Amino acid sequence: MKLPKLSFWKAVMVVVLLAGAYATVLRFTRGLGASTNLTDRFPWGLWIGFDVMCGVMLAAGGFTLTAAVYIFNLERFRPIVRPTVLTAFLGYSLVVAALMFDLGRPYRIWHPLVMWNPHSVMFEVAWCVTLYTSVLSLEFAPIIFERLRMEKALQIQHAIVIPLVILGVLLSTLHQSSLGSLYLIVPEKLHPLWYSPLLPVFFFISAICVGLAMTIFESYMSSKAFGKQLELPLLISLGRVLVVALAVYAVLRFQDLYHRGALQYLRHLGYETDLFLVEVVLGLLLPIALLLSRRIRETTGGLYLAAVLVLLGFVTNRLNVAVTGMEASSGLRYFPKWTELAITGSMIVAGFAVFTLAAKYLPIFPEAGASGTRTGQGTHPSPVARVDLAFSHARKA
Amino acid sequence: MSKSILYDATVCIDCKLCERACAERNKLPYDDNIAAEQMMSAHKLTFVMTKGDKFMRRLCMNCQDPACASVCPVAALRKTSLGPVTYDESRCIGCRYCMLACPFGIPKYEWNKVLPRVRKCDMCSDRVAAGRPTACAEACPTGATKFGNRDELIAEANDRIAKAPNQYVNHIYGLEEVGGTSVLLLSSVPFDLFGLHTPTEPLPTLTYRVLSRLPDIVSLGGVLLGGVWWITHRRAEVAAAEATERRAKKERNEEDEEK
Repeated sequence: MKLPKLSFWKAVMVVVLLAGAYATVLRFTRGLGASTNLTDRFPWGLWIGFDVMCGVMLAAGGFTLTAAVYIFNLERFRPIVRPTVLTAFLGYSLVVAALMFDLGRPYRIWHPLVMWNPHSVMFEVAWCVTLYTSVLSLEFAPIIFERLRMEKALQIQHAIVIPLVILGVLLSTLHQSSLGSLYLIVPEKLHPLWYSPLLPVFFFISAICVGLAMTIFESYMSSKAFGKQLELPLLISLGRVLVVALAVYAVLRFQDLYHRGALQYLRHLGYETDLFLVEVVLGLLLPIALLLSRRIRETTGGLYLAAVLVLLGFVTNRLNVAVTGMEASSGLRYFPKWTELAITGSMIVAGFAVFTLAAKYLPIFPEAGASGTRTGQGTHPSPVARVDLAFSHARKA
Repeated sequence: MSKSILYDATVCIDCKLCERACAERNKLPYDDNIAAEQMMSAHKLTFVMTKGDKFMRRLCMNCQDPACASVCPVAALRKTSLGPVTYDESRCIGCRYCMLACPFGIPKYEWNKVLPRVRKCDMCSDRVAAGRPTACAEACPTGATKFGNRDELIAEANDRIAKAPNQYVNHIYGLEEVGGTSVLLLSSVPFDLFGLHTPTEPLPTLTYRVLSRLPDIVSLGGVLLGGVWWITHRRAEVAAAEATERRAKKERNEEDEEK
């Protein structure tokens, strides 16, 4: 028997998972104090800021694309619905998994479903996430049904798909925005560069932006990793929608900063201002500029670069709200402990691994060569080439 | 009748008997080292803050409209009609949103336990329910911490300020802060000195303003999305029907030509 080839990225993934396993043991035998850098003054850290806030945001492609195809009847986007629904389902599963680490009493995660407090944003988020994860599993179900040739189940799912999609879009609208509403209660604690009565609106619009960017990102990655067909013309039109959504967000964000008199904080560079500029210049203005250029927008490399910048920009935004913006008022600098990083890293690795397996064994992508032309083979920018290695075993196997 | 605590810093002598009584009532350890701690924690639910020769008791303010109770997803924290904000540990899932939301930084967590609880002063809710004063008020030898009906304590606080306007800043902290609190504070120096500065608006209105719109968003959004689906798919139906019609017409024409 030949041993499987150990690529660099595969080795990294194994190391991360091993560290994650050890961190898990520490978390559940020693408690949150020993396994995190969280304190009374800084009770929410990386697991909420990244795993939950960014996890939900990065899964937004599910509701964006199903709405486009099923509600707005934009049939041409149908081929990329399945991978986005899969990502969304994986994303939400990982969010729930991360919560099992972050909650002090994870075995009571079901409590909000029976012990109600309708005045709590967190209560609403708990309900929405539970219901939406169920909706996603039903939206994802046909892929399993097809594989198992369950015709009857397929028919039933087909009959209810429209109400299901509408419900999914409504639930997503609610909880994507509500993750922003969570911070409405801390007007004195969150830095004025981020605290705004419009937080729920910002979180909702940025979820749509990220949903689109994530779809571009993973279509491209998948085409590289699995040699599946890349629907370039589709992705270019997604890029056009993306730049409009980004522009709306940018204008609204600027108006809000101006009207609240928060622009004065930009006069002096410093910790908060620097990270704000990373978020806004690199993650918002630069991708807008890139996507507005036809020459860049209509190449796979340019489109991919813009999408990655958008993703990094909004990840920075969520971390700025959850961590950077909360530090000054707490009087502390928070940086996650290695255990926190190891568990978050393991979540990401698990997401990639399950997606790879699903793409290999389930009918996620349309059959290659079914329609359109195969594109995106000419350009091969270096960041892709590196991540590509992570997927290489899937292609070789 | 809503109960309250009135703390008058000008009468306080920093004897820390309130701290000791609080620890006893909550079955927490108390010794000289703990007495010296100038902060609240899971094992110290109240302390006398010292700034030079000025004192200020810090404890849960037991807000009239508490942010902690409003954000708690499982209603483990509740405002009782008697005044205390209580914590039911059997409901708590440990999300720590209360800690994030509290404008006074009161709820503390048992970080070092595998099954941690939130800890905070609950204004001796069991004693208050039984008609007794809080442990700290009972232990206070000078009357700096006084327990009673909120209305009467407010009247008394106003009275004290009126009788000795030079001794006090002309402000009852907690009368209006975050919508009013069940702990009222009097001081001879500005409350800012002790890190007490909160808006007068009750914080829960900030989130409820948005939350209360959700049913409207859901019903409106549902109709809107359903409507868009109906329109976009009606167009497809019409197109399909027209195509069939055209085909039928063409066939008829072809038949006619054949004849």
